[in-house]
Amino acid sequence: MRMLINEPERVVGDALRGMAAAHPELLVDEEHRLIVRRDAPVPGKVGLVSGGGSGHEPLHGGFVGPGMLDAACPGEVFTSPVPDQMTRAAAAVDGGAGVLFVVKNYTGDVLNFDMAAELAEDDGVEVARVLVQDDVAVTDSLYTAGRRGTGGTLFVEKLAGAAAEAGAPLARVAAVARQASEASRSFGVALSSPTTPAKGGPTFDLPAGELELGIGIHGEPGRERRPVMTSAEIADFTVDALLADRMPTGPVLLLVNGMGATPLLELYGFNAEVRRVLAERRVEVARTLVGNYVTSLDMAGCSVTLCQVDEELLRLWDAPVSTPGLRWGR
Amino acid sequence: MAQRDAEFIRRWLEAAAEAVARDASRLTELDSAIGDADHGSNMRRGFAAVVATLADQPPTDPGGTLRVAGRTLISTVGGAAGPLYGTLLRSAGKALGDDPVVDDERLAEALRAGVDGVASLGGAAVGDKTMVDALLPAVSALPDYPAARQAAEEGAAATVPLRARKGRASYLGDRSTGHLDPGAASSALLIGALADAAAAGAEAGGAEAGGAEAGGAEAGDD
Repeated sequence: MRMLINEPERVVGDALRGMAAAHPELLVDEEHRLIVRRDAPVPGKVGLVSGGGSGHEPLHGGFVGPGMLDAACPGEVFTSPVPDQMTRAAAAVDGGAGVLFVVKNYTGDVLNFDMAAELAEDDGVEVARVLVQDDVAVTDSLYTAGRRGTGGTLFVEKLAGAAAEAGAPLARVAAVARQASEASRSFGVALSSPTTPAKGGPTFDLPAGELELGIGIHGEPGRERRPVMTSAEIADFTVDALLADRMPTGPVLLLVNGMGATPLLELYGFNAEVRRVLAERRVEVARTLVGNYVTSLDMAGCSVTLCQVDEELLRLWDAPVSTPGLRWGR
Repeated sequence: MAQRDAEFIRRWLEAAAEAVARDASRLTELDSAIGDADHGSNMRRGFAAVVATLADQPPTDPGGTLRVAGRTLISTVGGAAGPLYGTLLRSAGKALGDDPVVDDERLAEALRAGVDGVASLGGAAVGDKTMVDALLPAVSALPDYPAARQAAEEGAAATVPLRARKGRASYLGDRSTGHLDPGAASSALLIGALADAAAAGAEAGGAEAGGAEAGGAEAGDD
């Protein structure tokens, strides 16, 4: 796979310089690896900080702006950021109302964010933490590192971001984030392996004619391989896996997410199939988002995330947001 | 019993940086089988930063050297490996305090404290297919450095048939079996570098660190 890069070691820094050039409304600190709302800290507002390995764009840096994150900390490709980044971000966005860390549940992210939270608290910043662990493909999670954080992260960051923008205190913003996290379920399918710049090739071999069910967003292989399925068959399998884990008792937000290399044309076709299955199973969809939002470099494939919402969460979803990756209502 | 100073720790970590750089693509290859294909490049970046930091502002005691190295790894590696390897060195460094020289027995005890720190931070025990599988038998064998090297290599090799219960490989369930754990592999490199540093010291006539056999390991000889 040919990549549009200079040197593998420079990929993240180059992308940050490009983001700075494209988005003057953001403060992009290439040296310290931070993307911050330019008007931060907003006095009296809870600061929302997230981060993780690079390679999932627009997550997280593309979700910085009014109505969503105050700061994002990009790590190396598929590698969690280091504590210094989050400590610096917390200091930059603390408007006196405390800071919420939104952390995807991976061993590295959890360890680094925990170390950062301790350091930030030493500096006098009040920090709360919410884990996102929505991937139902991880079974017997008691015996593993636990469920991964994937597509549900977008819902957590948007809903908590809207609550913070509306002036909710830290405990309330954290409660919204926790509710959104607990109400989210995701399942992903790979049609190809991603290509990491460090390796310069695929991270797993997927023979022609096969797909991988239950993949994560880091090129880690999934749980099961099958002969290629149609979009309708993938939708049946995926929605069944989600509903078997949690049958919604109310309306849901639906994210039909591309992994990076699957065209929007295919994603919309897949969304039609997902909606067919959800209608058959009597699940009411309140809002739908289709596109490449929580990606895995150049992997082909998709994931589906359902997030059950009440009136409050739906109102927070509809609230204005103004970020490079998500923008409406303003 | 040999006395170890800041210079000894620095030589160990330089040897580790060389070993990690030499084997970076092998570590990444191992990681791509059951993880996310970045362990080699992350470790190479971190240990290169350790060497640079220690050259820039060398602490004068072994404990301080380990603490600075640990902090540098935490600030530069990222992923789980950063906090875990950083904690290994920092906890060992804290256990040594500020003494300008320590004997082999105290260094061994400090490294055991470091491994305890890793196990408690990561919640891992022997058999979970992690760094601990290589580190724990190695530090148990210290201060016999060649035995520690061999224990680390055997511990790493023993992760092949295991099913991962911690870290990213755990998501694979049974499909994680049949692969060498990349963290155990890099841990064996670190212990191998320690044995190299001890053997080099013994050859230089500084101490009697025991047989300088390279043990036929990839961690081996420089």
